[in-house]
Amino acid sequence: MKLPIYMDNHATTPVDPRVFEAMRPYLTNIFGNSASRNHSFGWEAEEATEKARKQVASLIGATSKEIVFTSGATESNNLALKGVAEMYAEKGNHIITAATEHKAILDTCKRLEKHGTRVTYLPVQQNGLVDLDQLRMAITDKTVLISIMHANNEIGVLQPIREIGKIAKERGVLLHTDGTQAAGKIPVSVLDDNIDLMSISAHKMYGPKGVGALYVRRRNPRVQLTAQMDGGGHERGMRSGTLNVPGIVGLGEACALAQAEMPAESKRLAFLRDKLKERLMNSLDEVYINGTLEHRLPNNLNISFAYVEGESLLMGINEIAVSSGSACTSATLEPSYVLKALGAGDDLAHSSIRFGLGRFNTEEEVDYVAGKVIEVVKKLRELSPLYEMFKEGIDLTKVQWTAH
Amino acid sequence: MAYSDKVIDHYNHPRNVGSLDKSDPNVGTGMVGAPECGDVMKLQVKVNPATGVIEDAKFKTFGCGSAIASSSLATEWLRGKTVDEALAIKNTDIVTELSLPPVKIHCSVLAEDAIKAAITDYKKKAAPVTSEAARV
Repeated sequence: MKLPIYMDNHATTPVDPRVFEAMRPYLTNIFGNSASRNHSFGWEAEEATEKARKQVASLIGATSKEIVFTSGATESNNLALKGVAEMYAEKGNHIITAATEHKAILDTCKRLEKHGTRVTYLPVQQNGLVDLDQLRMAITDKTVLISIMHANNEIGVLQPIREIGKIAKERGVLLHTDGTQAAGKIPVSVLDDNIDLMSISAHKMYGPKGVGALYVRRRNPRVQLTAQMDGGGHERGMRSGTLNVPGIVGLGEACALAQAEMPAESKRLAFLRDKLKERLMNSLDEVYINGTLEHRLPNNLNISFAYVEGESLLMGINEIAVSSGSACTSATLEPSYVLKALGAGDDLAHSSIRFGLGRFNTEEEVDYVAGKVIEVVKKLRELSPLYEMFKEGIDLTKVQWTAH
Repeated sequence: MAYSDKVIDHYNHPRNVGSLDKSDPNVGTGMVGAPECGDVMKLQVKVNPATGVIEDAKFKTFGCGSAIASSSLATEWLRGKTVDEALAIKNTDIVTELSLPPVKIHCSVLAEDAIKAAITDYKKKAAPVTSEAARV
């Protein structure tokens, strides 16, 4: 086993060597522009991107003509929301999303609000899931789009996309889902789930950074988007710009591998995640899982160690790469808005660690991580005035703190 | 974020961790910060009433590595100082000693506040009549 151990696979994943090998020719000899119609260099490049398009489409049960290549999920999210808002402006100006979405959705909505779009930010329940009745009630005759992520990037919870898709379909509203964390990790079917638009990123599933895709439904209904970038009219006019051929080949290969290996890999990851959880919870008291365990990515564990501050914990386990919802790890000095949205209290947000297991993590690594985290949490609790007060039976919620 | 060697040293080997008897009239306790803000420091001093010298100082801190280091350093500095000398410790001294970056300055402010709170508590206990009078 080698240190440091990477267990932050919701942030990004390493490129799978098989993906890299698939990309290699397109970074060297096969360099053509896939839009060049008049020579073999262009044809070879186009053949490669069309193969990748099929691979991406296959992963989510779409057809290849419904895949628009982008620079990543942030661009896909921007294109979906802004493109729909602009295209359907005459139909309505209302979008529904949720408080726990990624910033690429929330900040896009903020910008749209400045231009006259009305946005409803649904709260989530304590388990991290949106309330379907609240969603139903939020829909008005002006609603053009619902954008709810499939899997959350911090707590890994899976929103009830199939039910949301049904509601959207019944009410004649489009459904976009940010599938950045879900694609390649859990089965997704845009047909069964009535998804109209879906954002995908390559680097979250062992592909390269800087490439992603947006699924845009072609039939029943045919979704139209206003392009957000002007140029040569690539990608059926929805996204101009010369295609990133090596990146797209990598995305396609990453999708194919994820699809082929998903049944076995998701079982393996769930086993490792559950082992990590069991060991931590059996050895430590006052440990809380953030978000429902029942509807969750197999590789995610987001856990709060009460009375221990997250950054100090990260410092003690500095040979393990994970992330914390603590304010001190970010530039904003605000703890994770996702954890706050669960209503767990800021103190538990400050004490949270996100473990994101991945394809290259081993059981030996999980054992090491569990042991190290237990050791450091115990050490920091010896240092913690809050843990001491808890042990003395003091109710910390009744203490008069001097907030600063 | 990269930590200075001194912060890492205090984090790995915190000095004077623990608690003193709160009910001892010669012990002053300061608790500052709030759990929802991500840091709480408890700092205690034990003063020799005859000399006014701080004979012992202990801390416990919930907070990031810089907060732990700031309070650990504070207890080191407090030992052997008179109460008045202790009140002269400034947060900027802690910033300099630990090479804290701008985003961590609040940790040093909290440590200074903890020192002041502990000494205020000691003074209140040592001269209850005076402080009662002062309050009026």
